[in-house]
Amino acid sequence: MLKQCEGSHAVAEAVALARPEVICAYPISPQTHIVEGLGEMVKAGEIQDCEYINVESEFAAMSVAIGSSATGARTYTATASQGLLFMVEAVYNASGLGLPIVMTVANRALGAPINIWNDHSDSMSQRDCGWIQLFAENNQEAADLHIQAFKIAEELSLPVMVCMDGFILTHAYERVDMPTQEQVDAFLPPYVPRQVLDPRDPVSIGAMVGPEAYTEVRYLAHAKQMQALELIPKVSREFKEIFGRDSGGLVRPYLLEDADTVVIALGSVLGTIKDTIDEMRADGISIGVLGINSFRPFPVSAIRRALSHAKRIVVLEKSFAVGIGGIVATDVRMAMDGLDQRIYTVVAGLGGRNITRASLHRVLRMAMHDQLEGLHFMDLEWNIVNRELDRERQTRRSGPIAENILRDLGQTKSNVG
Amino acid sequence: MGHQDIKFYQTGTFTVGNRLLPPEQRSVQADMERTNSLNSGHRACQGCGEALGARYAIDAAMRATGNRLVAVNATGCLEVFSTPYPETSWQIPWIHSLFGNAAAVATGVAAANKVKARKAGLALPETRVIAQGGDGGTTDIGFGCLSGMFERNDDVLYICYDNQAYMNTGVQRSSATPPAARTATTMPVGDEPGNEWGQGKNVPLIAMAHGIPYVATASVSDLRDLEYKVTKAMNMRGARYIHIFVPCPLGWGSASQDTIKLARLAKETGLFPVFEAEYGEVTNVSKIRQKQPVEAYLRLQRRFAHLFGKKPRLDVVARFQEMADQNIRKFGLLGSDRAAVGFPGSEHK
Ligand SMILES: Cc1ncc(C[n+]2csc(CCOP(=O)(O)OP(=O)(O)O)c2C)c(N)n1
Ligand code: SF4
Ligand SMILES: [Mg+2]
Repeated sequence: MLKQCEGSHAVAEAVALARPEVICAYPISPQTHIVEGLGEMVKAGEIQDCEYINVESEFAAMSVAIGSSATGARTYTATASQGLLFMVEAVYNASGLGLPIVMTVANRALGAPINIWNDHSDSMSQRDCGWIQLFAENNQEAADLHIQAFKIAEELSLPVMVCMDGFILTHAYERVDMPTQEQVDAFLPPYVPRQVLDPRDPVSIGAMVGPEAYTEVRYLAHAKQMQALELIPKVSREFKEIFGRDSGGLVRPYLLEDADTVVIALGSVLGTIKDTIDEMRADGISIGVLGINSFRPFPVSAIRRALSHAKRIVVLEKSFAVGIGGIVATDVRMAMDGLDQRIYTVVAGLGGRNITRASLHRVLRMAMHDQLEGLHFMDLEWNIVNRELDRERQTRRSGPIAENILRDLGQTKSNVG
Repeated sequence: MGHQDIKFYQTGTFTVGNRLLPPEQRSVQADMERTNSLNSGHRACQGCGEALGARYAIDAAMRATGNRLVAVNATGCLEVFSTPYPETSWQIPWIHSLFGNAAAVATGVAAANKVKARKAGLALPETRVIAQGGDGGTTDIGFGCLSGMFERNDDVLYICYDNQAYMNTGVQRSSATPPAARTATTMPVGDEPGNEWGQGKNVPLIAMAHGIPYVATASVSDLRDLEYKVTKAMNMRGARYIHIFVPCPLGWGSASQDTIKLARLAKETGLFPVFEAEYGEVTNVSKIRQKQPVEAYLRLQRRFAHLFGKKPRLDVVARFQEMADQNIRKFGLLGSDRAAVGFPGSEHK
């Protein structure tokens, strides 16, 4: 059924259709509307046989999820940013134990400086945590991915993180085709756990493992992610059969076949990039886009296959590894190992900074002429940066950086204004 | 079956032979059908109070729940000594997640069981859950999750095995470590050797302040009382807390055979009050039977040896005595007095 609704609402409805049995909630922007919506649905009896638990922290949210999932209940939670960091120890534990929890991450920047706006630093900080990480391009896909996520998670006995851009998607009103309960029931079978805390068949879960077997247990976690490389496209195909649309999968090519230059990105920014590329194509430029839908597992072969003909690759990332540079770009380099291609990293959209078509045109044209530096920070205000660097050279007690910069910005503005 | 009325008073103990009791009062451990939930062969030290306490507690909970029990374990000695890969001593469904989240994981188990029961058309879940951890996992790192579980009144019995330090990592101070005690992070050096005198953190009283259905303290010196309290707790629903005093020969520098003796002395000095509370009100205290001076307790432990060395610290011993005497007054531990002081939450029912 077509609906004009907020992204968070679409996700809450999709999760409800998956018939969750335990939902744990702790609020953080921009995730709040999702768990609020689910809370209301449970209370109103629209989701039946479900426990909705208001916990005291994200660490508790993931811990409650671990307990309920290990007891065989289909379990969901959602978080973002500081909340994801606060639960990290339990995030690793959930995947280490092989518990198929589904969690939305409403992507948001990480502090300090505290910032509620969108980028991908939160999810990327957990790229090695053993969870499957799927990124949604729009609200339709965000809703669809949640339904797929339960299937993928439960089939593999691995937790899945569905990443959607905070505010840009969570708070945007878009048209979404909401599946029916019959469709979802036909797609998603009831959860049959591989391990469960059951007095009729007692098991010990989470025992200590020493050097004699730790490597094997860890390798199996990797092996499962490799299985996911086959399962994710399969689930996407099954989804299409029932719901009639393309959603999910590993990668999403756009105008790629003959493209000399290919842009790689994740999430909602793909929309802006595609618009830009349409305009560039109209100017006769040979350029295309590859959206990465599954960041973990990282689809090395699919990317290599899709990009082997490209002359240059521009990886546009909404986060970066301080001290080295691109996170996605590093993985892309690995996928393209041995091929003679220039690979650029463009860091953009940090802490909610707009990624405009104008900036994309400028940066992509520079890349096409191979005039871009290997690691480029799009729309970085050099004068602000240099002013602070100067201040630090001159004064020992230069003060807090963020506050200095805000003051500088105020002065610049008043100078201008 | 013929039996005699019980005469409890023997020399300093409540010990009574099972054969003197009617069958329903006999201890769980004396029962041929006991589940041995924490089976033999684990790696605890000789004389480990925690292993003893856990065995009695879990078997009693198993009996009370008709063997439908799940245990969630915090990281710590109990977890490590019971499950060295690839072995496990647990005969019941058991999960270890992290050091500081046992209460929350148990909340998840309880929630899942509630949903399953509802789906099966049952009013209440048949399978119940216990969370358990050491003092560090309870009073320090797991405190937030514990308080959250209390506040929501989740159907979990949380058991804290209090051996008064982080034993599993090599005897470091926790917020349950007594003042002046030697630990690896409070060494007996300097002018004030051993642990600082702080304000202490009394988690049973804090648990009572949450107004939860049941809070009790217990000790491995009175295992029958421990079984009784666990059984009682498992016959209730909602958040429940039992804090068990479990001496640790390795961490305390005490003789393995003195574990029970030390636990008894802790109670008989007044240093560890043994009581029950319901909905924030004390309902029962175990009286001191033969009051002992704190020195008798302290002297048996090398962690307090510096108090009795070349420069004896009788002033510190006197402060311990004050602490014990205050407990005696506050909880009414002597004679037939009622508790003298109101407890948090006791003013309203
Ligand atoms: C987050 C975290 N911090 C620290 C540790 C290290 N650690 C493991 S067990 C333990 C001590 C446990 O002490 P306690 O809870 O009192 O139990 P005991 O071993 O004394 O029975 C510590 C500090 C850990 N496993 N996880
Ligand atoms: S160190 Fe203490 S608590 Fe740990 S096993 Fe040994 S006696 Fe028991
Ligand atoms: Mg301890």
